Amino acid sequence: MTATLEAPQTQEPEAVVETPKSWKMPILLGAVGLISFVVFGLGTPGGTETRFVLSQKSDALQIPVWHAPAQPFAIAATLALIALAGLSAWASANRRKLGVWLPIVYGVLLVFAILMWAGAGKSSTSIQVTGLLIGAVVLATPLVFGALAGVVCERSGIVNIAIEGQLLAGAFMAALVGSAAATATGSSTAGAYIGLLAAPVAGALIGLLLALFAVKYWVDQIVVGVVLNVLAVGLTNFFYGTVMKENTDLNQRIGLPDLPIPVLSHIPVIGPVLFDQNLLVYTMYVLVIVLNVMLFKSRWGLRVRAVGEHPKAADTVGIKVNRTRVRNTILGGAIAGLGGAFFTVASGLAFNKEMTGGKGYIALAAMILGRWSPKGALAAALFFGFADSLREQFGIIGTSIPSQFLAMLPYLATIFAVAGLVGHVRPPAAENQPYKK
Amino acid sequence: MSAEAVKQDDAPAEGSRDWRALLREIAESSALVVVMAVVASMVIGGLLIIFADPDVSDAAGYFFARPMDTFTAAWDAVSSAYTAMFRGSVWNYSADTFAQQFKPLTETLTMATPLIFAGLGLGIGFRAGLFNIGAQGQIIMGAMLGGWVGFAWHLPVGLHLLVAVVASALGGAIWGFIPGILKAKTGAHEVIVTIMLNYVAANLLAFALSQDAFQRPDSDNLQSPIVDTTAQYPLILGSSYRLHLGFLLAIAAAIGVWWLMERSTWGFRFRAVGANPRAARTAGMNVSFGIIAVMTIAGALAGLAGSAQILGTEKSLTTGIAGSFGFDAITVALLGRSRPMGTVFAGILFGAFKASGPTLQVAAGLPVDIVLILQSLIVLFIAAPPLVRFLFRLPTPTNEKVVAA
Repeated sequence: MTATLEAPQTQEPEAVVETPKSWKMPILLGAVGLISFVVFGLGTPGGTETRFVLSQKSDALQIPVWHAPAQPFAIAATLALIALAGLSAWASANRRKLGVWLPIVYGVLLVFAILMWAGAGKSSTSIQVTGLLIGAVVLATPLVFGALAGVVCERSGIVNIAIEGQLLAGAFMAALVGSAAATATGSSTAGAYIGLLAAPVAGALIGLLLALFAVKYWVDQIVVGVVLNVLAVGLTNFFYGTVMKENTDLNQRIGLPDLPIPVLSHIPVIGPVLFDQNLLVYTMYVLVIVLNVMLFKSRWGLRVRAVGEHPKAADTVGIKVNRTRVRNTILGGAIAGLGGAFFTVASGLAFNKEMTGGKGYIALAAMILGRWSPKGALAAALFFGFADSLREQFGIIGTSIPSQFLAMLPYLATIFAVAGLVGHVRPPAAENQPYKK
Repeated sequence: MSAEAVKQDDAPAEGSRDWRALLREIAESSALVVVMAVVASMVIGGLLIIFADPDVSDAAGYFFARPMDTFTAAWDAVSSAYTAMFRGSVWNYSADTFAQQFKPLTETLTMATPLIFAGLGLGIGFRAGLFNIGAQGQIIMGAMLGGWVGFAWHLPVGLHLLVAVVASALGGAIWGFIPGILKAKTGAHEVIVTIMLNYVAANLLAFALSQDAFQRPDSDNLQSPIVDTTAQYPLILGSSYRLHLGFLLAIAAAIGVWWLMERSTWGFRFRAVGANPRAARTAGMNVSFGIIAVMTIAGALAGLAGSAQILGTEKSLTTGIAGSFGFDAITVALLGRSRPMGTVFAGILFGAFKASGPTLQVAAGLPVDIVLILQSLIVLFIAAPPLVRFLFRLPTPTNEKVVAA
């Protein structure tokens, strides 16, 4: 066996000299638009209506239920999709850029048409718009933390495949410490907050291992990350099957309380969605803003990006390359570990084997989709969260689509987004290259 | 694994050398690092077993009264775990007949078969610079298509197996082709697409099993009819063992992959695309074609791993048909350094770990997950020889090979 394991290099083959006319976006949008027109537009029975409920029962200010005539709206929305595809084709023909508003408007109209179709003629149920959006934010939470962890590590040149393991370790540690603290203090709320503090420690430990092997021993970072995921599954399963099984006090269902923000939480729709959440979600808002500013506007951020793009140049001007990388990897691990608390104490659930269920990999995808920026990661994670929430909503109103296909929805949407809208992305240049002086 | 390393590194040990130099050579050899990596992992695993063992914690309660009890309990816990693993994966010395004693070894090879197939495919991808996480989905698609041919078609002996195996390879190949063509034509990152396709495949399988075409008539569970005997891999050691022809096919595939990557023009192109896509393009190679071909071949090999499961080991399609083989195969390929021989040995090692799980649970009363911990620790230690040398105070080799990452 030799010093390091061989592994893939993620260098993109890019040798485009002149921007050719790119037709893939208009084609994709046009195809989806036409299919939507036939299935959701013409497929919606005439004379039926879809009910949209915007307010929740507990809201002070009630917005009346909107009874929308389903077919006209569905047809109008899908025709607008085709029009947007035409606009995109025109822009491609003239080599113009249209900006991100087009896919966003397209997506909103598409979802609107699907909801019209799904809810048409259902007299017993209605579309809970607020519930749908609350679900999106909640389900996106662990993804945002995971993706931010990835951004912090990868911007300094360390590939973090171990997000999944860090989330899992965080979830486990939050449940273990939180439950022990709840027993000790006699208050499950206090226990939950202490668990929330313990979660980043577990993630940081995995980050430390990643940094040790990647920076000190120059092991391929993808190898270490993959292996650390297995290690995290093994360790948490092992202690779940031994320590937690023998002593159920160490794995209780404790939960963080929701903390409604006084005035803001009474705003219709937006209030319950954004301002009536638990501490973890508020931490997420702050973290996204702080990291986005720090990474692109502060001296620290400039140094981190320099280390990730051109470590030799950074070293030449006196930046400690390896120290920066170790710190960032541990910090990233801590962020992902905190996100892991979502699965246990922030959801009021006990720990269970492999309960993160691949969310770490989705977070990785969100990071790439968001082009290695906190802002982008947030948007991509919300996209996944919304798709997941939509699936749950469809499960409640009941549609003719088999549930397995609904479950595929977020993943298929991602493939479409990555292939049709994002395309070539450029990772930090020095990613997965150990810095050897 | 270690056998290969011995061959590579102890080759220059000629007879005339004096024993001191020989000793030094052994201390510096990477074979010793592999052995020590295993030892270190087992020590850490042992500590975890001691920590979690109720007898040990009981004895530790009166540690100062009778300290030896604690150590005896600790030793019992660790030794029962490791002997159980040995009995489960290599040689069951406590069984009555030779056939039963020999069975664990065949179980190891049975478990290794899908790992070798899928690991070979992933290895090709890694060498071409493609990080394919999609083996899980490709195994599922291979098992689904091969299984369907196996139980829904009724063909003559020989032909049926052949068609079913080809169908499995095709299923996997389609699932490898999709990320390949998306990467080549639109630049979609293969890591994202393969991860997403794993979920799509799992849901497709769940959907198929809920349909009448895939449902076993006399069952309420989500399982397919049993594959026709004409489509099953023949058992190569008789009916008392589960080891099937798929294992020999996996070895043949390893040789085939070695030839493809080391001796053929295609393999050279694949490696060139992985080493430096720009240079490959400048040299007139079709990088897009290379990416698509690599992903399709990798998918076909993972599909064959699915055939080993459905036509060999399991014989009936369930939602858990792929187990965690697709993810384990990533570690296998990485541990085998993406080389066919290395992948075969790593696959057998991991097959042994998998095979030892049930015995471990029954005989030692431990969660099978200790196996995962050992697996990951071994790979970590093997990947970082300086760490192992530091832990065991081994001398640093004077002429350590530097391998391009």
